[in-house]
Amino acid sequence: MTVVTSINKISIQLAGENALIIYFAEQTSADVSTEVSAQVQQAAQLIRQYMLHNPLQSAQQNIPTGIIDLVPSYASLMVMFDISTTDHHKVRNSLRKLLKGIENDPGNINQNSLPQPSVVELPVYYSTESGPELLNIAKVNNLTIAEVIDIHQQQEYRVYAIGFAPGFAYLGEVDERIASPRLSTPRMKVPKGAVAIADRQTAVYPSVSPGGWNIIGLCPINMFDINATPIMPVKVGDKVKFKSVNKNEYLALGGTLAALAWNETAAWNKTVIRNEKV
Amino acid sequence: MSLTAGFLVKRPGMLSLIQDSGRFGAFNIGLTNGGPIDLLAFQWANRLCSNSLKATAIEVSVGGLSLTAQIDTTIAVTGANMPLTINGQIKDLWRSYSVKAGDNIALGFATAGVRCYFAVADGFIIKPRFGSASTVCRENVGGINGGELVAGDMLACSARATQIARITKTADITNTTNTTETRKQNLVLAEQERPIYSNEIILHTVPSYQQQHFSSQQQRLFYSSEYTVSKNFDRMGYRLEGHAIVCDIEGILSEGICHGAVQIPSDGQPIVLLNDRQTIGGYPKIGAVCSVDTAKLGQLSQGGKVRFEPISMEKAHNIFHLNLSRFKRTVLLRCD
Repeated sequence: MTVVTSINKISIQLAGENALIIYFAEQTSADVSTEVSAQVQQAAQLIRQYMLHNPLQSAQQNIPTGIIDLVPSYASLMVMFDISTTDHHKVRNSLRKLLKGIENDPGNINQNSLPQPSVVELPVYYSTESGPELLNIAKVNNLTIAEVIDIHQQQEYRVYAIGFAPGFAYLGEVDERIASPRLSTPRMKVPKGAVAIADRQTAVYPSVSPGGWNIIGLCPINMFDINATPIMPVKVGDKVKFKSVNKNEYLALGGTLAALAWNETAAWNKTVIRNEKV
Repeated sequence: MSLTAGFLVKRPGMLSLIQDSGRFGAFNIGLTNGGPIDLLAFQWANRLCSNSLKATAIEVSVGGLSLTAQIDTTIAVTGANMPLTINGQIKDLWRSYSVKAGDNIALGFATAGVRCYFAVADGFIIKPRFGSASTVCRENVGGINGGELVAGDMLACSARATQIARITKTADITNTTNTTETRKQNLVLAEQERPIYSNEIILHTVPSYQQQHFSSQQQRLFYSSEYTVSKNFDRMGYRLEGHAIVCDIEGILSEGICHGAVQIPSDGQPIVLLNDRQTIGGYPKIGAVCSVDTAKLGQLSQGGKVRFEPISMEKAHNIFHLNLSRFKRTVLLRCD
């Protein structure tokens, strides 16, 4: 077994019995660079290409198959394998071989190998009616509500990860002037389409779920539709821009009054839940 | 393979879910694995019906499921000790039965363990979503309508299932020369081979993820303390109560969570994450419990006692393969 000594920031660690996790940067660092995110994306693409979709090719290159799922995130990529056909030594070795290119030249990301990123515009009905935390974010940061809305719209966000729940896309980075910590007691239920902020991340809740993020508006677009093609309007690496729409436009685009009505119902009540930190 | 009738759900019980071996390959859009919490019991149920080990069955939590057969076929129930009756007559778990159209099959409530598996010859025919029929209620994906079974649900079985009841052609029967004899043949797992659902278990754990952010003293504390299953236990995870564990860091960049990962939130009480876990998360994790033991954990309810024991990845693989070969080696016996 060749021991790779010069691990250029990329390290492969144990996750569990049937999973390894590749770290592309420190997991504790607060800021996320787009280069690291692109590296994660490229690595995921490489592995997918060789191990999931091309079992024949991987056999030729002496790379064992047996990888069953990949989980890309901000600065890491978790690789799940089938423990009954392979083991962590074999998977680790083949990952090292595959990642050598990225490892040796982390700056040189081959953009051609990545799916073309697109810029997706998402309409948002920002208001105190649809965004219960809008007023508080304005107050805390000495801004007007209009300024908060403006700042949130100005940025072009990158899709860093998809997870936690089906179709939940983590977008970053939110302007520091409106970055807000998670609610100390998360809500039991957040309405579908809620546009929310947690620290320097923002997201659209794809379905009704528990959540502790600060809600500033509602988006009428389906973020996860099992019957649509594609299932999600965004993918990791894409850019997202938010565009303010009024209530009528929100409703015309498919937004529901039901989502708005949450504001007055007990469902908005803050109740302690578990697993709230995402 | 033609669709026929199958089973009609009369009462769904506490929580009955359609499960196959799980959903893999869709983590990147946020879909978790699902699948049977007690994989071993699930696989035994399928073997007893001479099925593929991945065939779609029903996971019955706590109990109370009642079904009416609409076809002649073979069934088997394994797992937690739930009283099984067919037309009111008490029957055994861990063996197959031939049932006829019109038969009523009912499960009472578990006296030991939490989850049972109800398998039928050839499995239930459920439209796969993202490659799997497994139900994950939180995601509204899988099963019949993305949720648990409800009264009135029709669970289809393949037409072939009716023949299976009369034809035995399983590899499980080794001491027979004629493997396609056409008489009724049921199978049973010998009593000494059945799992025992204890209320106190050891969770063998591979130290991983952020383990270096737990001081050696905190790690010793974690691996030497006894924890109790809290009232918050479900298919997503088991929240435990006991000695609080302190981590040097509060949170991390959200990252992929593997099966069995032990998450330590800010209150220090460990959560063992199971099949329906969130795909990524930002709490530090001290390690991951091996799958042979998560199956046992999934049979515990509130008050169950667990201890964590650190093991190497090599030992985890050994445990897995020893159990797998034992499972393969164990031969089912014929019965009436």
